[in-house]
Amino acid sequence: MYNKGLIVPGLIITVLLVTFPFWFDVFSSAESTDPTVELPPGGEQNCIYPADEMRAEHMVILNEWRDDVLRNGNRGTVTVDGKVYGKGLQLACMKCHTNKEEFCDRCHTYASVVPYCWDCHLTPTQQKAGLKEAN
Amino acid sequence: MKYSFSFLVVIALALIAGVGSQIPGMGYFFGVVIPYLAFAIFLGGIIWRIVYWAKSPVPFSIQTTRGQMKSLDFIKHSRTGAPDTNAEVVGRMALEVLTFRPLFYNTKSELREGPKITYESSKWLWLFAIVFHYSFLVILLRHLRLFLDPVPVWIGWIEFWDGLLQIGAPTWYITDVTLLLAVVLLFSRRLVNRHVRYLSLMNDYFPLVLLFSIALSGILMRYMLRSDIVNIKELLVGLVTLHPVINGHIGAIFYIHLTFISALLVCFPFSKLMHAGGVFLSPTLNMRNNTRAVRHINPWNDPNIKPHSYADYEDDFRESMIDNGIPVEKGLPPKDEPAEAGAEKKAEE
Repeated sequence: MYNKGLIVPGLIITVLLVTFPFWFDVFSSAESTDPTVELPPGGEQNCIYPADEMRAEHMVILNEWRDDVLRNGNRGTVTVDGKVYGKGLQLACMKCHTNKEEFCDRCHTYASVVPYCWDCHLTPTQQKAGLKEAN
Repeated sequence: MKYSFSFLVVIALALIAGVGSQIPGMGYFFGVVIPYLAFAIFLGGIIWRIVYWAKSPVPFSIQTTRGQMKSLDFIKHSRTGAPDTNAEVVGRMALEVLTFRPLFYNTKSELREGPKITYESSKWLWLFAIVFHYSFLVILLRHLRLFLDPVPVWIGWIEFWDGLLQIGAPTWYITDVTLLLAVVLLFSRRLVNRHVRYLSLMNDYFPLVLLFSIALSGILMRYMLRSDIVNIKELLVGLVTLHPVINGHIGAIFYIHLTFISALLVCFPFSKLMHAGGVFLSPTLNMRNNTRAVRHINPWNDPNIKPHSYADYEDDFRESMIDNGIPVEKGLPPKDEPAEAGAEKKAEE
């Protein structure tokens, strides 16, 4: 083999780059995140769709609601199994899933998803804090 | 025919992975065994390939020159065009690798009426190539969010800038569109351009078709046929921490995507994709352009084989050359000396 002095370090760098995910976690001091979510404290069992579907589709539903309400001015309601839901994060989702930090954030942090819902919406914790400040 | 076969292979792979992974118990095979096997072949393959290349001697100094070689002081030296020192070679290599300079200086020759031949700059290939490679890099880095737990901050920054347009939910990534577009253009170039089409082989088409299918299956998985991302991430984190587990149901589209990637990894060391490593080992790019200052010694040279000049050669074969009417520089020794030569021979005996 020619140019061992360059080839061997080059190969080592290549292998380290390619195996980055394998060794990064070993040296990372940060604690791993836990994607288990807190179920609704009120004990509700049913969402507007089955859980599997909600996991995969909730962002699409919320996006459609956003477009419907804010862009088309269609503030209708959604009725599932006789229960009426207002179209909105705070009008529907957060009524049962009251804790954003223990529900939304768990999976979002785990999968590094940063939805821009909270650019406009307040979380229940922020709302409470805001109310206290106002009083 | 050469390209339709690539599509056939990809469709077969999709069917095998899509149907196979849904058979109970086969998720582990498609989600764990195949990716591990593919990664092992990939890693072993690139090491083997690089070592194989490193064993090949470079008999001549064959750098490509893009500018004036270092010469007299008053002649301007092109430092990255004809690098003279190792640092300049690094600079040249960085330009080639990071900006694809050879493609940028690509010219197209055309026969016009007259007949007149024209050479004009043709930057399309450079544009498609650079868009493709940088999109691919961003996508690769973005995917780390599915392998690392916790996710480092900088991956979030990449995702933020890539999803800046905030179109739809989940937000569309800019690189998803640009990668797909670039692959389509690189592929159609091979079909439309007659010269390139003539040169293209199965192993030119296949990686492009495979990359297209990888991108398409990824896009389908993110925007249309979604599967629970938490289950997917748990499997991928398990793969890199060597404790793979499959929790819950993962859709067929994920296994199709994963099998495509495994196919790409397996192909990588044995195909033209290996240009990723090969560019650094190209004697045309990694040698100093200093042949006037330093003599390049062929490492193949056997020190026992001494230089053999033409004069020596003529000495060896002079008589036969004269007999066959081949001109010689030095004639045969004069005829009146054989007695002396004979005496010498006797003395030697």
